[in-house]
Amino acid sequence: MSDTLLLGTRKGTVILDRNTAGWRPRAIAHAGVPICYAARDPRDGTLWASLDHGHWGTKLSRSRDAGASWEEVTPPRFPKGARYIVKYLPTPDFDPNAPAGEPEYADATVFKIWTLAFGNADQSGRLYAGTIPGGLFVSDDGGDSWALNRPLWNHESRGGDLFIGEATSENRWAGTPASADYGVFEPGIHSIVVDPSAGDHLHVAVSTAGVLESSDGGQSWTGRNRGMLMDYLPNPAAEWGHDPHCVTACPGQPDHLWQQNHCGVFYSDDGARNWRKVSVPEAGVHFGFPVVADAHDGRTAWVVPARADSERMAIDGGLFVARTSDGGQSWQTFRDGLPQDNAYDIVLRHALDIAGERLCFGSTTGNLYLSEDRGESWRCLGNNFPPIYSVRFG
Amino acid sequence: MPVVEMTSHLYRFFPQLQGRTISVPAGSVAEVLRALETIAPGFSDYVLDEQGALRRHVTVSVNDTLVIDRMHLSDRVPEDGTVYIFQALSGG
Repeated sequence: MSDTLLLGTRKGTVILDRNTAGWRPRAIAHAGVPICYAARDPRDGTLWASLDHGHWGTKLSRSRDAGASWEEVTPPRFPKGARYIVKYLPTPDFDPNAPAGEPEYADATVFKIWTLAFGNADQSGRLYAGTIPGGLFVSDDGGDSWALNRPLWNHESRGGDLFIGEATSENRWAGTPASADYGVFEPGIHSIVVDPSAGDHLHVAVSTAGVLESSDGGQSWTGRNRGMLMDYLPNPAAEWGHDPHCVTACPGQPDHLWQQNHCGVFYSDDGARNWRKVSVPEAGVHFGFPVVADAHDGRTAWVVPARADSERMAIDGGLFVARTSDGGQSWQTFRDGLPQDNAYDIVLRHALDIAGERLCFGSTTGNLYLSEDRGESWRCLGNNFPPIYSVRFG
Repeated sequence: MPVVEMTSHLYRFFPQLQGRTISVPAGSVAEVLRALETIAPGFSDYVLDEQGALRRHVTVSVNDTLVIDRMHLSDRVPEDGTVYIFQALSGG
């Protein structure tokens, strides 16, 4: 189990170390700068942080000395000619069946580096970055340089190859509400799942499009949204337009994938070829953002439910964690050690993590909770952190 | 030669610019920023996006006139001009 925690927060990167006195936070790094995501590369111990300067754009920061010092590295940037078809927030008179108008194009710029992922042990130097507006970037030199994955950017579900000309298909990807902070309504890649047993086997999740799979290292991509539902659209089972909040897989059984979205908790035991809804709304297990899976048993997963959808806060003022060990057929809820009165916490998509028996989550209210017994009981590691965007064991 | 002044927030990332007079050749605002890039590598990425346009919350003026061409930065900077780089204020 890990004895280090990395928090990406509204006010910087917080690292906590476990010692004989308990978990203790170090002095904050990147003070004052919002950190979308912070994580440790398990292959070489490098720490990474995705910075979201309000004025100065997105940046990447790296530490090769366990957080003692940080260096800025060249962040992912779109190449010349990278365009996308602009989307706008639907208006009240939006008609989803109306024929598409002439596409409006925009030159791409990175608004947010939403997540980072690391290649397999045999893929030295391979990293991935998921961004708004929906670009997947790949580095093969440890993050010194980045290249846009063009097959995904040029996917027919986005209009085809706009580097070479006009759209050849309709853009079926919609915007993520998270992009509104940047004055746009564009999609974002927030989940990148690398198959531990086959590094060229990838899943990405896009808000708002759905899940895509590549089995050839990103040279081609296939939508994997069968069984997903969007209760808020005329055709809930449409191929595109899904809003997975977070997608993860069991490292030991990578064909077992989990996600949560506006319309429930969904589980696949066949590599995302088929999803099935496994939420239990009457037990409160339905809406939420983060989900983690057990390292070895793909049927076991945890969520931190919230009240859907417009309220986005703890259900009835009480914070709890739910766990299934049978692929979502049944759920246990755990409240021991978590506040049960006047709690308004929301736990964002990257703010729950697992390492062995330990789980940890942080909320936008600045509360951080740790479990040493697979989520059955919890203790607070602090109530006064800045709003927490990501939690990762180091 | 024109001089460049900027918000002190940028000195956090480019301390080599603090406390010195930054003189650059006259030309367009784009040329001024390219000159700054040679003095402080990486500076452009803080004020421009990868398409070369001014970032949304960055403002540049030549003397007391805000630049008009935020996309290509073609506004001219005279020999005796001062270029100011500053940011919109936000809280939270």
